[in-house]
Amino acid sequence: MTSGFDWQVIVKNLPFLWTGMQTTLLLTVLAIGGGVIGGTILALCRLSKFSALSWFGGSYVNFFRSMPLILVIFWFYFLVPIFLGRPVGGFYSVLIAFILFEAAYYCEIIRAGIASVGQGQVYAGQAVGLNYFQIMRYIILPQAFRNMVPILLTQGIILFQDTSLVYVVGLHDFLVTADIVANRDVRLIEMYSTVAVVYFVMCLLGSLGVRRLQRKYSL
Amino acid sequence: MIEIQNVSKWYGDFNVLKDCSSRVDKGEVVVVCGPSGSGKSTLIKCVNGLEPFQEGVISVDGTSVGDPGTNLPELRSHIGMVFQNFELFPHISVNDNIGLAQIKVLGRSQDEANARAMELLDRVGLADQADKYPAQLSGGQQQRVAIARALAMDPIAMLFDEPTSALDPEMINEVLDVMVELAQEGMTMMVVTHEMGFARKVAHRVIFMDEGRIEEDATKDDFFGTPRGDRAQLFLSKILSH
Repeated sequence: MTSGFDWQVIVKNLPFLWTGMQTTLLLTVLAIGGGVIGGTILALCRLSKFSALSWFGGSYVNFFRSMPLILVIFWFYFLVPIFLGRPVGGFYSVLIAFILFEAAYYCEIIRAGIASVGQGQVYAGQAVGLNYFQIMRYIILPQAFRNMVPILLTQGIILFQDTSLVYVVGLHDFLVTADIVANRDVRLIEMYSTVAVVYFVMCLLGSLGVRRLQRKYSL
Repeated sequence: MIEIQNVSKWYGDFNVLKDCSSRVDKGEVVVVCGPSGSGKSTLIKCVNGLEPFQEGVISVDGTSVGDPGTNLPELRSHIGMVFQNFELFPHISVNDNIGLAQIKVLGRSQDEANARAMELLDRVGLADQADKYPAQLSGGQQQRVAIARALAMDPIAMLFDEPTSALDPEMINEVLDVMVELAQEGMTMMVVTHEMGFARKVAHRVIFMDEGRIEEDATKDDFFGTPRGDRAQLFLSKILSH
């Protein structure tokens, strides 16, 4: 291993590392978006008075929360092409895995958020003649999401870190691109330190953002 | 207008309403009173189907509330309701609180809804508060907005569930004034309240409930003159003594 800390290798490879970071960020954002939508639907299922729906929601959540994330990633990498009859590429299979997995966690957060809005608000919506979906859409969910913003973002930060697991299917995210450079140029300390600092700074910024939002929305 | 026939309701084993029967005719103001836990709030929530009941029949304007085939949202859109804790929607402005159901349920345009909201806010004395959020208003103001929100649906009857119980004393009258005006205009009203002054002023009949039963159902003069039951007399002596 060459001696001394080589800053040049980091600077020189920034464009390549950025391509990896783009994959990481895209995956994180799409997985949060999909996970929140899926989680909302699951939460409405779990809270439904129809026992089949609430059973489905409950089983889904319990099932995915009992699985290691990496297993889910493997599964979808091998299973999605079999179901679709054609390869979809690492990115889409991993994205589907993340969305389905995160939906289970978001479901529980959103369920708690919906429960945080009092029954009186449901009564008030019903009393003016709104139907179930209108009450959810215009009254309950806006308030629930407002209460949930900090914890949703915290879960998003965890997801951001978890995306590094995609190395198992050979997807070039930020960690993998750094790893490629590290091994090619034999600059392991430089590259792994860079990865650590970047993850740390981004998560720190995320947490600070969460704290600011918490203050802003604490009514 | 509102007919309640032999209604019973249980929460698990607890029998909260016991064979209740009464009626509110068109243009009539009926006050429901009784000690807390007597079932009066539950009864009024059964009238528009917010609470289900297991036995008996309630019909509003000829439509059965408990019938599974009844379109409850459609029925409720004709019955205004005002709650003890106001229950304004805290995330939208006063104007939108009054406009939301007009637009989503009645299909009015935004302009029509705004115009109606302004008209009603003016009527309850809050024309200058349209753009505020509920949390920026006092309790009495919030309750008046809640009344405006209910009236915006042009209801055929109004239900009030302890509308002044959560208010500071100095704000009670501003809400009662609006209700008295409404009563004098001939609105059909069912009002759960302890405000006997309101009852004396505008009620046609008074219902007294205790332990899930309707113990008294009398005209105002009979009720305040000679209530028949001991419990009603005891209740009246307690709330009228000061």
